[in-house]
Amino acid sequence: MTNIWVVMVFGGLITFGMRFSLIYLFGKFEIPETMKRALHYVPPAVFSAIIFPEIFLSGGVLNLSLANPRLLAGLLAILTAWFSRNTLITILVGMAALFFFQWIQL
Amino acid sequence: MSEARKNFIEGVRAEVPILIGVFPFGLIYGALAINSGLSTTAAQLMSSIVFAGSAQFITAQLFKEGAPALVMILTIAVVNLRHMLYSASLAPYLKDLSIRWKVLLSYLLTDEAYAPSILHYEKEGLLHFKHWFLFGAGISLWLNWQVSTAIGVFLGASIPENLSLDFALPLTFIAMIVPVMKKQPVVAAALSAGATALLAYSLPYKLGLILAALVGILVGTLLEGREAAKEAQ
Repeated sequence: MTNIWVVMVFGGLITFGMRFSLIYLFGKFEIPETMKRALHYVPPAVFSAIIFPEIFLSGGVLNLSLANPRLLAGLLAILTAWFSRNTLITILVGMAALFFFQWIQL
Repeated sequence: MSEARKNFIEGVRAEVPILIGVFPFGLIYGALAINSGLSTTAAQLMSSIVFAGSAQFITAQLFKEGAPALVMILTIAVVNLRHMLYSASLAPYLKDLSIRWKVLLSYLLTDEAYAPSILHYEKEGLLHFKHWFLFGAGISLWLNWQVSTAIGVFLGASIPENLSLDFALPLTFIAMIVPVMKKQPVVAAALSAGATALLAYSLPYKLGLILAALVGILVGTLLEGREAAKEAQ
């Protein structure tokens, strides 16, 4: 039986260490200019990397068909986010769309 | 109202809609952890010791499969690598803070606290008391995560899996990130990262995620450099 406490303590320390690492280091040293520019692309890059598989894959396989409710709901949410610029409305429209597309495909 | 308090409340306000997306995610984590055979205490405390949603999901899954401790620890490390990018990206805004603040804010630095904070900082620039915004966003997410985990642990198996509540989380990220898609290099960074994430999805330990992030950052930076060079001509 794996000792989950060991995993949690070390996993927690490592996670904290990574979160703390550059906040700490860049308090001591200047951030290079090129790196500063590159860091502006962290949010769009990381969040797209999280979002894309959630809407384009089903069961780990690319699914671009209309039978993929997450794709349809995701695209609708993207449009909603663009026009409304409102997080709550985007979540509500996206979830409602997902339930709807899942329901009509039952 | 003091500046600190004003920023704190702004941070909490920005976080509230995100909490709606995170809450079901916490419920599902709590239920999954219990169903994976973790004790109630372990399931709950993982949410405050590790405090990182997707890493907690995978850890619970690996525990169920009987993976060795070292594999689980390494998986947590790799899955959370992206936090180093967040750490670097927030560093300029936090650099004059005391070490205590840096420790506290680092502990609270999750995807969902990072997203609204960095977008706010990039818009508003560097100001005094701005760290209270991140603190407000971070602490409200933390509380929400502990409570939703507890309810998930309590309800356990009675949470139906086919409700697709997990979809609320990518939706919150869509809501955050789509409105900033204004300049060409940003769009290119997002699309190239997304495409890489799809192609590299089968890599172990979610390595595809960090690879995709790096590709997107590289593409965005290169394009921006090229545009700047064109303008200089």
